[in-house]
Amino acid sequence: MTDYAALSSFLVAAVGLAVPLALAALGETVSERAGVINIGLEGSVIWGALGGALGSLAAGPYAGLAAGALAGGTAALLFAFFAVWLNTDQIITGTAVTIGSLGFTGAVFQSRFGATGIALDLETVSAWEVPLLSRIPVLGPALFDQAVTAYAAYLLVPLLGWFLFRTRWGLALRAVGESPEAANAAGVPVVRTRMLAVVFAGLMAGLAGAHLSLVHTGTFAENMSAGKGFIAIAVVVLGRWNPGGIVAAALFFGGAEALQFALQALDADLPYPLFLALPYVLSLAALAGWFGRSRAPAGLALPWPR
Amino acid sequence: MTSSPTDAARRRWGSAHAGLRAAASATAALLATLAIAAGLLALGGYPPGEVFAALARGAFGSWDRFASFTLVRATPLLLTGLAVALAFKAHVLNIGAEGQLHAGALAGVAIALLLPGAPALVLLPVTLLAAAAAGALWASVPAAMKTGMGIGEVITTLLMNFVALFLAQFLVQGPLRESRGIFNQTDEIPAAAHLPALIPGTRLHVGFLIGLVIAVALWLYLTRTPGGFRVRAVGASVRAAEVSGRFKAQPVIWLTFLASGAVAGLAGWIQVGGITHRMYEGLSPGWGYTAIAVALLARLHPLAVVITAIVFGALSAGGGAMQREAGVPEVWVRGMEALVILAVLTVDRVLQVLAGRGSRD
Repeated sequence: MTDYAALSSFLVAAVGLAVPLALAALGETVSERAGVINIGLEGSVIWGALGGALGSLAAGPYAGLAAGALAGGTAALLFAFFAVWLNTDQIITGTAVTIGSLGFTGAVFQSRFGATGIALDLETVSAWEVPLLSRIPVLGPALFDQAVTAYAAYLLVPLLGWFLFRTRWGLALRAVGESPEAANAAGVPVVRTRMLAVVFAGLMAGLAGAHLSLVHTGTFAENMSAGKGFIAIAVVVLGRWNPGGIVAAALFFGGAEALQFALQALDADLPYPLFLALPYVLSLAALAGWFGRSRAPAGLALPWPR
Repeated sequence: MTSSPTDAARRRWGSAHAGLRAAASATAALLATLAIAAGLLALGGYPPGEVFAALARGAFGSWDRFASFTLVRATPLLLTGLAVALAFKAHVLNIGAEGQLHAGALAGVAIALLLPGAPALVLLPVTLLAAAAAGALWASVPAAMKTGMGIGEVITTLLMNFVALFLAQFLVQGPLRESRGIFNQTDEIPAAAHLPALIPGTRLHVGFLIGLVIAVALWLYLTRTPGGFRVRAVGASVRAAEVSGRFKAQPVIWLTFLASGAVAGLAGWIQVGGITHRMYEGLSPGWGYTAIAVALLARLHPLAVVITAIVFGALSAGGGAMQREAGVPEVWVRGMEALVILAVLTVDRVLQVLAGRGSRD
């Protein structure tokens, strides 16, 4: 009986921790399919967390989720202005956006709440229990007693799969990522497509950040994104740029993170920094083990026009 | 072989001209950053003039402020900046200087604590070597993944940074924790492992000089040796370098990656050996990332890195004064670093367009 309860609570935690990774990685897939890798995704996540916190204080948790998404999208728009419109180096621009976002979110937070950083106590987004489905043993509570962000991620998977592989727009977007020259010759607006794809990824990463502050913790702390945006980019590679694969990879990392909490609960003397390092080590190991079985979009990270 | 004296003179003038242009565009980028930062500060309700004055006083207000704060803060930035500049020269996008720095600091501290009775003549070279080796080791994982499996180094070096941070946390909380057992830090390293002062009466230590020597050595290597030519050739185009048939790109990438990691590793240990004398959580406020701005502003030129490292050292030294005297949170400095990178990229782009090259080369 206790084993059963432990497994169930482990799965609830795993799915909850996978949700922000899945949201950010699903968005980034669209961006990378269009040929843009955005290392500034981490910046969108931290802006999403702060936007979520401020929005929640102003108008409640659901407004917070919207504000978080918008904040993340705005950071991505800034990235797109440089890396797509001005055509600067994507990697370096993304790094700058991440550094600046970590700095300026800290500045906004401190000017609003003081340099000592009082612990914010935010109203959180409560879980929605789906009738009947949440009663399924073990898996039910894990999958169907989550916050709205989890259901958004579930919906996004088939929607993106359909959009990317079954619609003309999706085809055009993938063409932009594979061969911008060919897409351009066929009349697809390369720059506009890339801008939109990057902003969509930013919106999703912002929602992921708002999940961190409004679902996962109920507070905001400087640097609380803690590399989630970077892991999301690894998740895109592991998920082979496919929505289904990305969900599987995100759950894998959610599980790794949840494991750390479960193990700590078992024995408080275990050195927790090593468990904190686990998801990053697993990311590296998985990248090494998985790679070569899939191919990145051919135009990824390349400038346009060349 | 066949170059006449006039050719040589023209070449020299050409490179001086290019140097002037680079200096002018870097200055333009810095001025743009200051203008945007002033706008943002005003938007945040701070008077930009007072803030910049406080910053300047903190960085250059006295000889001691300059030597003991600006130059001391510039030292880790100089070393990590050189590490990034070298890697980027070969188009190895090593974003992992932060992790390599921590690996170097840990290795140096561990050796210094393991050999308490050793004389400085032994301890100093051994710890420096250990730090360089540890930084190279930390870089070898993404290097192997890049050359062996074709996995881009950006994500792997970033992930290695987090692993290093948590490893450092684990070590200072556990195996290397101070014997008093109060704080999460190591014991103080023996005095024989302290880096000697460079200018008596200030906190400036020999580490800065080591940075200068590496800067000159890297510059000579990159411009005057066949190995340096290969690094630049691979950075310009791996394909062209390989197709020319003269050499393979893989060993060049390996070597550059390891050397970059080694220099970043030195940065970590030199900070501990020269200033803090112990390792603790949060040793670096993100020098490995600031290093990217330092290297880019210097156009990856090792000698120019000396200047840009001092610029960012001044920004960091002034940041504290900015917070104390003008009430601006120190994190603003991080934001300004990002603005510098974006300004450099933009100025480059504008110059390209003005030069009539619509697309990047």
